[in-house]
Amino acid sequence: MSETRYTKDHEWVRLDGTIATVGITEHAQEALGDVVFVELPEIGREVEAAEACAVVESVKAASDVYAPLSGTVTETNQAIVDDPAQVNADATDTGWFFRMELSEPSAFEDLMSLDEYQTFLETEA
Amino acid sequence: MGARMVPFAGYAMPVQYDFRDAFAARCKGGVLAEHLHCRAQAGIFDVSHMGQASLHGAGAVAALERLVPGEIAGLKPGRQRYTLLTNEAGGIIDDLMVAKLGDDRLFLVVNAACKVGDFAHIRAALPAGVSLEEHDDRALIALQGPMAATVMARLCPPAAALPFMGVAAAPIGGIAALVSRSGYTGEDGFEISVPAGDAEALARLLLAEAEVIPVGLGARDSLRLEAGLCLYGHDIDEVTTPVEAGLTWVIGKRRKMAWDFPGGAAIRDQLDNGAPRLRVGIRPEGRAPAREGTDIVAPDGTEAGSITSGGFSPSLNAPIAMGYVRRDLATDGTAMSLTVRGKPLPARVTPMPFVPHRYIR
Repeated sequence: MSETRYTKDHEWVRLDGTIATVGITEHAQEALGDVVFVELPEIGREVEAAEACAVVESVKAASDVYAPLSGTVTETNQAIVDDPAQVNADATDTGWFFRMELSEPSAFEDLMSLDEYQTFLETEA
Repeated sequence: MGARMVPFAGYAMPVQYDFRDAFAARCKGGVLAEHLHCRAQAGIFDVSHMGQASLHGAGAVAALERLVPGEIAGLKPGRQRYTLLTNEAGGIIDDLMVAKLGDDRLFLVVNAACKVGDFAHIRAALPAGVSLEEHDDRALIALQGPMAATVMARLCPPAAALPFMGVAAAPIGGIAALVSRSGYTGEDGFEISVPAGDAEALARLLLAEAEVIPVGLGARDSLRLEAGLCLYGHDIDEVTTPVEAGLTWVIGKRRKMAWDFPGGAAIRDQLDNGAPRLRVGIRPEGRAPAREGTDIVAPDGTEAGSITSGGFSPSLNAPIAMGYVRRDLATDGTAMSLTVRGKPLPARVTPMPFVPHRYIR
């Protein structure tokens, strides 16, 4: 049973046990426009919450992708490196960026629920 | 029609259009698709923010020649030319198009961000009898792409018959337009100046043609970068000379005898002795774009220069850039390193344009 939560940096985080899968939200891919380049973190890298650890570039601009929580990167999605357009096509599923083993899985609860994220989007607009 | 707007030079500008509605059948939308559609068929760009003005009166040509290095006296009526306003140090105040509408009548198109300064600068140099009339009541719509002439032939045959850099007044669907065969994409195309009140009708008329989509500023920038064309304020500015920028072709032959334009002596000196740096095309390896401001490092680890325009080329499906490097490194094929996010990214100096120009000849 997995659950998905969201960050203010427009990332989604799906938790399965202690492993979190991280990607950018539909709103983020829409705002970025055509993604042409993705740089992912090294496997084994230890990251702090809010640390920039991946890059997503559209035709227009470069943006950082942040570690939503602290932990260790365990897996990255080579498919979006090879075909960055996959991020636009399927941001919330096959367009995932990386997986990480959370150092404090309980911190996941501090992230926003879908309802909270949608409210956040409205207040940001 | 729905567009994502961004502020630019005091204007709200469409960076990309929303294709979910009217144009979905023609183009899936987004900067990449807009760009590729313009290379394959045709697109229109609203560039009404640019400054339009006319210079008229006996002596208008000589007055402008005192400010630019271009051959304006020898420009035939009905033709236009790309030129530069230069300063005393040889720097570029702005780049502009000058059309000759008659012996004593020139039509100018300058950059939006520079227009206030440009017009003041020109006015300050005018003799009695020559006046500058600003046309803030005019809009400018560019129609660009390999199908642009086909579209124009249906709507305005005299405009479709213009040669490259030709200019003519001709009605399009009853709208009084001043049309030039020019653009900023490297493709064949037209720039169409009309009274602001007629701009929407003109846009609707052009968009009624099956080949045409609206193209935003995002694709305008990637198209001009592929074509190797300078963006003022980025690739050229007041401390960049035409020699450094590789724009010495704008200096007329006669003007090179007299050097009687602002910065003439400095520019001549650089032509004789070499400029310290030169504008070059750059191809980074891999897919990571190197953006404006990226440092360029020489093979021996010394500072080589920096990127002034960089992004992703939809046509080449690869990153491209232009920038300035030390003269000794400005040879095609020279290997260098770009510092992107603190890491070295291998790159090479490459000829421009990145995508061949397809102007009508």
